[in-house]
Amino acid sequence: MIGLVDCNNFYVSCERVFQPRLEGVPVGVMSNNDGCVIARSNELKQMGVEMGTPAFELQNLVNQGRIRLLSSNYELYGDMSARVREVLEEFSAGVEPYSIDEMFIRADGFKPEQLLTHAREIHRKVRQYTGIPVSVGVAPSRTLAKLANRAAKKVPMFRGVCVLTPDDDATRHLLEGTQLGDVWGVGRRLVERLAIMGIRTAWDLAQADPKAIRRRFSVTLERTVRELQGTPCIELNDADRPRDRIMTSRSFGRLTSDQGELQEAIRQHAQRGAEKLRQQDSHARAVLIFLKTNRHRLDLAQYSPSAVVELPEPTDDSRLILTAARQGLETVYRRGYRFMKGGVMLLDLVDANRQKLSLLDTPERADQRDRDHKLMTALDELNQRMGSGTVRLGMPSKNAAWHLRCTHRTPCWTTRWNELPKART
Amino acid sequence: MRPSEIFHPHPAPTYHALPHPLATIRAGISGFPSPAEDYVGRTLDLNERLVKRPSATFFMTVTGDSMEGFGIQDGDTLVVDRSVDARPGHIVVALVDGEIIVKRYELLGRRPYLCSGNDRYAPIPISDLDCQLWGVVRSVIHEYPV
Repeated sequence: MIGLVDCNNFYVSCERVFQPRLEGVPVGVMSNNDGCVIARSNELKQMGVEMGTPAFELQNLVNQGRIRLLSSNYELYGDMSARVREVLEEFSAGVEPYSIDEMFIRADGFKPEQLLTHAREIHRKVRQYTGIPVSVGVAPSRTLAKLANRAAKKVPMFRGVCVLTPDDDATRHLLEGTQLGDVWGVGRRLVERLAIMGIRTAWDLAQADPKAIRRRFSVTLERTVRELQGTPCIELNDADRPRDRIMTSRSFGRLTSDQGELQEAIRQHAQRGAEKLRQQDSHARAVLIFLKTNRHRLDLAQYSPSAVVELPEPTDDSRLILTAARQGLETVYRRGYRFMKGGVMLLDLVDANRQKLSLLDTPERADQRDRDHKLMTALDELNQRMGSGTVRLGMPSKNAAWHLRCTHRTPCWTTRWNELPKART
Repeated sequence: MRPSEIFHPHPAPTYHALPHPLATIRAGISGFPSPAEDYVGRTLDLNERLVKRPSATFFMTVTGDSMEGFGIQDGDTLVVDRSVDARPGHIVVALVDGEIIVKRYELLGRRPYLCSGNDRYAPIPISDLDCQLWGVVRSVIHEYPV
């Protein structure tokens, strides 16, 4: 069985741990540069504020004191995410980070009746230890775990935890009530094509013949069908998944403590991530890198750090992303630990075409952007035509001369001595 | 990118572990010191001593003087552990009416109270308040100006 642990309204929840006054208040977190909303509390969602709304459109509500907008505080979010992961490492049989606020966990070896108890335990522990509320979905496959998680979050009866077992009436009921568009990996275009065949719900798709689906559509969709039927067949870094986050990671061939080797691995992941980013026409706002030692080697020292590096502006430029990834690695690398795995996550993706022009933009910047874009396009084309990795980047360094605006950033409560929360006696 | 924008949020293993003094202090006469007592390479790490569970440990700064009776002074640093379930007698961090406060958790006549270390402040009954326990204080760090 596979579990998916998803932090509820993660960025806002991080802020609320240290600012109890924000509880119950409609809160939004803004991106630093272009000032649009990138995370919302439930209250803000209910007011109809959409993702990506420019902050200035909400200025009236802010002035009236009806909502609170905060600048993003990636340092805090990165630390809280690492804490959540650490708690999960402690209480589950293995953790695969999927994004900054979502992690798959292994949940094998439990009897069905123990599973719910175990999932509840995890739900409670993460909340207590870190202050972050989470939803837990457990099911035989990742696709079903995603659906279970959604149900755990949306259906009050589940109280944050939903365990789906195959051939269960509850599972069937849930699948029947799930629109195709809400199934992991089924995009809008597929929804339309499937509707023509009379496939409208997750249940319909689960009843389809996988081989027929493969012939008419793709292997990817065939896998989704099998997953809905309860057969796990999607690995985490499945290249064909359309995504709202990009995560590239892999176990190293052998344990390594060599900084150069780690550097290389991280660089490759970052490069691959940037390529995917451009393929789907997105920009990223921050880069998260992580390393893992082998937790089963009890004879070795354990250290599984992560770091978030904010990008000066949303970008799909491999060079900027690589630089950020390298800086992240440098800050967490410690000698003497033998790492087993490493990876790169690109965070807070935005649609490249809808990107607002920054006030700080000058014609020179725009020209530069054009040139950068051409360079990246050329790079991708070469790699596609001549084989992946034909053109690779070394270590360019590029200094961002402009400053970030973050007037509404909360303190880095957990990572800086001079910004600790104050407890009144 | 400026160095200040690089975040390293994970509780990294310390590089500041202090060397363990080779001279061991013995209480009373208890035979020969064990040869194992001064084996080479041993260090003392304050993290190990003060932070029992890193994922659930947070630091806070104290403001105010009402806890001086419990040895908590203005400007001290609290080591707060959220994984501990609060019991009477624990010093706790609590959220009261939207504020973070530090008090001693006590039962008076089987009702829960938040108490100060100073007679001038009356115990606050928890049941009457919008109050949530946030974490339990494991230790207090008091730094002297030197």
